[in-house]
Amino acid sequence: MIELTHFQLLSGALFAIGLYGVLARRNAMLVLMSIELMLNAVNINLIGYSSFIKATESYRALGHVLIIFVITIAAAELALAIAIILRLYRNKSSVNTDDINIMKW
Amino acid sequence: MIALVFFYLASAVILGGALTVVLSRNIVYAAFGLIASLSGIAGIFILAFAPFLALVQILIYGGAIVIVIIFALMLTKLEDFRTLSDHKHWPLALVSSLVILGLITSAAFYLPVNLGSRTGVNLSVLAHNLFSQWAIPFEIASLVLLIALIGGVIMVREDK
Repeated sequence: MIELTHFQLLSGALFAIGLYGVLARRNAMLVLMSIELMLNAVNINLIGYSSFIKATESYRALGHVLIIFVITIAAAELALAIAIILRLYRNKSSVNTDDINIMKW
Repeated sequence: MIALVFFYLASAVILGGALTVVLSRNIVYAAFGLIASLSGIAGIFILAFAPFLALVQILIYGGAIVIVIIFALMLTKLEDFRTLSDHKHWPLALVSSLVILGLITSAAFYLPVNLGSRTGVNLSVLAHNLFSQWAIPFEIASLVLLIALIGGVIMVREDK
């Protein structure tokens, strides 16, 4: 039997892997992919709670609605982040996060 | 029982793809790992009786987001980062992500909610919720997408 704990452990593991990628990788594109992994970890947690919680069906549908919003915002965020990365590549010919320090005091 | 087998299969695909993204030395392999991971999450949605979300996941993540990422990799010069190196403080990143993993794992065994059996949500109920109670946030999300579109075009436009 699948339990809610399975969903939560999978979500936590995926979130931790994504966090490691955001912190340890130096390429801006890979940081972006790791952020996508973290957002998807949140989606796994939401779908787990939405399908296991004891409540009315319209109440449980809120989890699905929230997942749709997360996917939408992730798409918008990715488009803008890729635009920024392409712009940085054109200006500094590098996507290494260590080279990008123009906003550092 | 068979659902549990499929759950572990999907988990293996998801975590293996995620580890490929995080650990691979080749950025194209990392993009392929991202495809595997996001498709595995569609399997998790099916196991939670949410076939519509599984469809959306494959359509948007597999069909749009990963393709955009691969196009962005093609537009930047790939030779520059064919072999990738990690940040020199990567053990700190490992420690902090392990701490987060421990916190989430310990929280997973403390569940202050009433749990039922695994059930799905009817698509008509979801649609009724989305277009009545959450109609205004839905419209705002469409505005956010439009603004992101315009902003992306303005940012990557050639300067005159």
